[in-house]
Amino acid sequence: MNTALKVLKADDFASDQDIRWCPGCGDYSILAQMKKVLPEIGIPPEQTVFISGIGCSSRFPYYVNTYGVHSIHGRAPAVATGLKLARPDLSVWVITGDGDSLSIGGNHFIHLLRRNVDLNIILFNNRIYGLTKGQYSPTSVEGQITKSTPMGVVDHPLNPISVAIGAEATFIARSVDSNIKHLASVLKRAAEHPGTSFVEVYQNCNVFNDGAFSYAQDKATRDDATVELEHGKPMIFGKDKDKGIRLNGFTLEVVNLADGNVKEDDLLFHDEKADPALVYLLSRMRHPQFPEPIGVFRNVVHETFEDAVRGQIDQAVQQRGPGDLQKLFNSGDTWTVKA
Amino acid sequence: MSTQASSTIDKPVEFVSGITVRLVGDSGDGMQLLGQQLTNTSALLGNDVATFPDFPAEIRAPRGTRAGVSGFQVQFASHEVHTPGDTLDALVAMNPAALVTNLADLVKGGLLIVNDDSFEEKDLKLAKLNTSPLEDPSMEKYRLIKVSMTRLTKEAVTEFGLSTKEADRCKNFFAMGLVYWLYGRNMDATLRFIHGKFSGGKSAIAAANEKALRAGWAYGETIEALGQSYNVEPAKLTPGTYRNIMGNQALAWGLLAAAQRSGKELFYASYPITPASDILHELARYKNFGVCTFQAEDEIAAVCSAIGASYGGQMGVTTSSGPGIALKAEAMGLALMLELPLLVIDVQRGGPSTGLPTKTEQADLLQVMFGRNGEAPLPVLAARSPGDCFDIVQDAWMIATQLMIPVVVLSDGYIANGAEPWRIPDVTKLTEFKVEHPQENNNPDGPFKPYLRNELLARPWAIPGTPGLMHRVGGIEKEDGSGNISYDPENHQKMVHIRAQKVANAAKLLPPQDVHGPDSGDLLVLSWGGTYGACLTAVERAQSAGKRVALAHLRYLNPFPSNLGDILARYKKILIPELNMGQLRMLIRSRYLVDAIGYNKIKGKPFTVSELYEKIIEQTK
Repeated sequence: MNTALKVLKADDFASDQDIRWCPGCGDYSILAQMKKVLPEIGIPPEQTVFISGIGCSSRFPYYVNTYGVHSIHGRAPAVATGLKLARPDLSVWVITGDGDSLSIGGNHFIHLLRRNVDLNIILFNNRIYGLTKGQYSPTSVEGQITKSTPMGVVDHPLNPISVAIGAEATFIARSVDSNIKHLASVLKRAAEHPGTSFVEVYQNCNVFNDGAFSYAQDKATRDDATVELEHGKPMIFGKDKDKGIRLNGFTLEVVNLADGNVKEDDLLFHDEKADPALVYLLSRMRHPQFPEPIGVFRNVVHETFEDAVRGQIDQAVQQRGPGDLQKLFNSGDTWTVKA
Repeated sequence: MSTQASSTIDKPVEFVSGITVRLVGDSGDGMQLLGQQLTNTSALLGNDVATFPDFPAEIRAPRGTRAGVSGFQVQFASHEVHTPGDTLDALVAMNPAALVTNLADLVKGGLLIVNDDSFEEKDLKLAKLNTSPLEDPSMEKYRLIKVSMTRLTKEAVTEFGLSTKEADRCKNFFAMGLVYWLYGRNMDATLRFIHGKFSGGKSAIAAANEKALRAGWAYGETIEALGQSYNVEPAKLTPGTYRNIMGNQALAWGLLAAAQRSGKELFYASYPITPASDILHELARYKNFGVCTFQAEDEIAAVCSAIGASYGGQMGVTTSSGPGIALKAEAMGLALMLELPLLVIDVQRGGPSTGLPTKTEQADLLQVMFGRNGEAPLPVLAARSPGDCFDIVQDAWMIATQLMIPVVVLSDGYIANGAEPWRIPDVTKLTEFKVEHPQENNNPDGPFKPYLRNELLARPWAIPGTPGLMHRVGGIEKEDGSGNISYDPENHQKMVHIRAQKVANAAKLLPPQDVHGPDSGDLLVLSWGGTYGACLTAVERAQSAGKRVALAHLRYLNPFPSNLGDILARYKKILIPELNMGQLRMLIRSRYLVDAIGYNKIKGKPFTVSELYEKIIEQTK
């Protein structure tokens, strides 16, 4: 069978398993966009591996007809790191949630990013624990009423993008489950980036935290509540494209373009290669004071972890020749006992 | 004990069958280095050797204190030895704290060499002593040799212009030179070591150390207090080429051999922990063998990354000690559910919790047997000596690949840091073992079935990159065959049984248990792990004393060898010595319903031969 010439379609990436997410869950949309994007990336299903932890999102691997591991809570980045070191030829995706990656798996998450393993990590952020039925998560907002916080959340939430910047991530992006065109484009760019690509997806849990991101999802509000990041372009947003983001000293501010006092050139031009300090400012833009940026925050190319690790192995072979067990065993001081 | 005498320069040489020496000093005094050199040199002279390094967990514990004492014991002999020796023929003590904490093990009439310069009042105070132990009347029991090591070393190395501190550091080589003269040890290997270690810009230090070593030797030749020296003939070991090997080193090399035998690249992930870290250091040096070493962010990441590598078709290995194994438990359960080959190696140390990081213990057996949620049995193997680490990890990887299962290997601090002569294997005789990755779909009626099993109940190791075999695995219970998620009660029971039977099937891949001694008798000593040497020596001594006693030393703890039940039935009593509260005994009692007797010690120290011997005699009266 010659598969090389076959043009892959979304259906080629659909598994035969029944999908068990709640009806109306944002995960469906992310799965659909992933299946749409995978054929466009041009990597065949057998070269693709999805690795997940535990949580609603982590059931994802069962629903794509690639290789996959549904691992344990929080540890998908570690499993994926081992796989990618062992098999740099594979295209590896980590599917995780806000609890999985930022609470129990926080350690692995930051170390994955700093190492820059060439894989894509998609964080389904719904600001709630869904699979355990509605406890607050590390991205739940202060005051949020959940089953485990009947009087409201008192923790301060983690900002996934800010964490990623602190962890030296080379590719950081955000999208929204219902904004399918945007989501598909971000997933595709994540796949193209060499190194760890981190994508936060605002995902609606319609059962336990419905509407948490409605401002960014609803067609009526999203143009004013989000700003699309485009490399080299001024940060303009609003239904009528009449508002912009300006850097004033070391502070960002929303400015009105309609009255003509501020020109486009005065706005902040988005630069994916900018200093992380500036990217950090973008990550702090929160609704409703600011439109929340979606798109690629940061995209810089550093050597990947597996290239560095494999590079040392290659270098060692070059310098010392391929390992010879007998030579190793006989190295150093030996003596012979005669018969 | 004297067999013959000859003379070197002036003084006579007495040949003895074996010598046990312990070198003790501050943890920064270089006692471990000294001990390793003496061991290596003795091995090169053809002696059989066994060692026991014993050091504090602190890198540089407070100087001169009892807590900071670091020691290295070595027995070298003209016959086979399996332990570092119970009592000392000679003790070299570099300060009062080292002396008082170790003197009890020196035999009456034994040689006691001390650095006289470090018995000043301040040294005594650090050791919490009011008077010098050297003035104590009990010293008459020993042949005390007081040597001004600090002063003599300083004088010997003045020409090299070292700082006071650097010059002082050479005194361990002075002590070494004296010990080398005393036991007729050839200095060549140590001189090679010195010049290799202090090369380049450190040549002055190398020259000074050499001078100190030679000065120590000359001192022995000269002083009247040492009227003679000793020597030990080569041991009659099995013919072959030998080298000295330490447990962690042998373990690392065994992993290299296992990778080669299975045609796999070794992926080794770990998080630093005493006493397992040396395996990481060792393997990190062998990248030219295609070894990928990964120092993970924590113990869990280490085991999980090894699982990822195994899923990708490589040889996934992680090592740790007890506390780290506790952290890996959940992931070990995952690997068991994924049915992937994986090695999890536990170099045991004193527990619980942080416990005694640098001391030895055998108290993780039940942890690795049962320390996971659910019905989660795994094969468990245990190395019995430093050299055996080489073999046991190969056995383990063979089982892991043939059964598609994670396998636990137990070592311990005593084995890990201990050394013995190792007969170098002929690499061409290391047989390959077959590891296959399917290329064809095993299901003519639909998608590939990742949990379709062979006669050993192993599932196929299909790896990513193989067209047509895409499948998903996970920690959720799965339907046998298809691997699809299944909450069906009958299926769960079936899968639990299959996973247990897989472990049981390991016995089919392993040799039956052998017994050292009579096939039946009054007492069977049943032991496992690092106590092998002491148990063997004690049993042999009891056999020489006419006792009908045998030793069965287990290397395979789960499953037990298929003939073990028959063996147990042939002896009137079963004695199980362990460095724990009776963990193997619990397993043996529950499995075979035999009234096994325990002999248990939990002091962070290995068994002495004599305490085991006495227990054997007590039980065979």
